[in-house]
Formats: sequence, structure tokens, C-alpha cells
Amino acid sequence: MIGLYVITGLAFTISFFIDREKTKKAVKIAWKKFSKILPGYLKILMILSIVLLVPNELIAQYLGESSSFLGIFLGGVFGSITMMPGFIAYPLAGVFLEQGVSRMVIASFVTTLMMVGVATYPVEKQYFGKSSTIIRNVVAFGIAMIIAIGMGIFYGELI
Amino acid sequence: MDKNKQSYLLFGVFSAMIGISFLTDFSLGVRIGENFWIFAWDMLRILPPAFLLIGIFEVWANRKTIEANFGSVSGPKRYIYAILLAATTVGGTFVAFPVANSLYHKGADYNSIFTYVTAASLVMIPMSIMEASILGIGFTALRLGISLPLVIISSALLGIYFKNRSYVLPKEATG
Repeated sequence: MIGLYVITGLAFTISFFIDREKTKKAVKIAWKKFSKILPGYLKILMILSIVLLVPNELIAQYLGESSSFLGIFLGGVFGSITMMPGFIAYPLAGVFLEQGVSRMVIASFVTTLMMVGVATYPVEKQYFGKSSTIIRNVVAFGIAMIIAIGMGIFYGELI
Repeated sequence: MDKNKQSYLLFGVFSAMIGISFLTDFSLGVRIGENFWIFAWDMLRILPPAFLLIGIFEVWANRKTIEANFGSVSGPKRYIYAILLAATTVGGTFVAFPVANSLYHKGADYNSIFTYVTAASLVMIPMSIMEASILGIGFTALRLGISLPLVIISSALLGIYFKNRSYVLPKEATG
């Protein structure tokens, strides 16, 4: 986070000293891009703040009780629907682990949480187009399932 | 009414309802408001510098350089560059989407940007460190070890697929 500010600050200062006009143009481009996508981000925020109302205990209960393949699949579905910043997602994964959710199901949940974005669709669509967005998310879901199965084999949870 | 105005209006109604919830101690609304703030605070800190950096990138980045490193002429190297760039991207996919779009229009090919976006949600360094400390280093190593080859293979296949269909990414956000 601090790194981002340092790099942006440095890049901006250097750019400004080399060419003022270009830097002005950069700020204009940045603002134009930002203001165009802002409604998309706002939509995501509103969707997420409602989706996150589902209590974590309920998710943990579902994931802990389901059989192996169903658990992986459910973990993937829960993870795809919602989205969380890492500083919330990983402590939550730790809680799941303590409550007896298997590592492969956690893997499926955490991976789809980050890779598959049903909630981020409004933004991704605008940068990648509809069909590319849908295909990328389906592929990402598949990869997440393979990771989860790999975990299951490695930790001996699957067979 | 255009779509942007609709979104802002919806957001206005949403904010008003949260405000009323806080005033009247309506717990469901208060919780939605708190959830909203978790994400909004993150975005408020990350998006402005990220977009400024994208702007600076767009005026200075040389098309030839981007093509040479992230375009099809770059060969397998471009996957490594895309993953390295992804590992250092702050903010995950929220930032990766607009960055990927800019890269693409500066000459990066599909394979690179698909790898970049997908890897951005998988290998962010700060998050992986946190993951390893909570779930164990084996978990993280295994997750990355399985996923990265799959990401590269699927990006290559998707690249071919989209090239054959002459698919072009939208120039920029259309609202």
C-alpha cells in the first residue's frame, strides 16, 4: 500500500519534471478513466455489502458438513458469489480450519473468492467485454476446482 | 436516463437508507453500512494512486516496448513478466482490470493480459505471506504450484480462441 504511493509519487514527480504537458494529459486520462468506471465500482460495493450479511458461521457449517466433492463445489460457489479483501478472507479461512472445514474446501473457497468474481462482473465487463469476462470466470472456476482436488489428494482428505 | 445517472441515483438511495439506519439503530442497515465501509475504505486508498499511475503509463509507455515484452513476439517470456507484474499489483483484480485494458491497447496480447489478470488474484505477495502464516506454507506453495501452470496453459488456449474470433477488448469503460 505504501509502496503504491511511493511509486506513484516518484513516477508523477519525474514525469512532471520531464514534460509538464504530458503529465497534465496523464492526469486528465486518469480522471476520465476513473470517472467512467466509478459507477461500476459503486455497484460492486453495494452488491458486496449486502452479500456479506450472510453469517460466517452458516457458511462454515455448510462447508464442514458437506461430503468431499460437494464441499469443494459449495466452497467454490460461495467463493465465487462474494469477494473479500485478503485481510478478512484469510483470518476467516483460519476460523474455518479451526471449525473443522477441510483444507481442500478452504482452498476452493479462498481461490474462487479471489479469482472468480460474480460481484465484480459490472467492472470486468467494461474492460474485457461480455464474452471474455464470462469465459475467463468459468475457466478460473475450473482452475480453482483442480487446485482444491490437488489439495485434497496432497493432504489425504479426498482419498 | 443514462446508466451512469441510474447508478448514482441508486447509490444516493442506498446511502440515504444507510444513513437512516444509523439514525434509527436499524441493525440490518447498520451492518450493510459497515460492510460497505470495509470495501469503500480500501478502494478510496488504492484507486486514486492506481489510476494516476495508469494515466502516467498511458502517456509514457512506448508501444514498441510493450509489444516486445508483452506481445506475441515476446514468446514465453511474456508469461513471466505478466506474473511478476501481477505479484506486485496492489488491490487485486479491481486494479488489474483497468491495468490489463491499458496494456492491451498498448500492444500486449490476450495471453499476457489473461495471465496477468488471473495471476493478480492468485500470487499477490503480501496476501500470500498472510495466507502462509495462517494456513501453512505447504498450502500456499501447493496452491501456487498447481495454479500457475494452469493459468499459463489456459491463457495460451484462450489467446488462440480469441485471436481466431478476432475478438477486440472495449477501448475503455463505456459506462
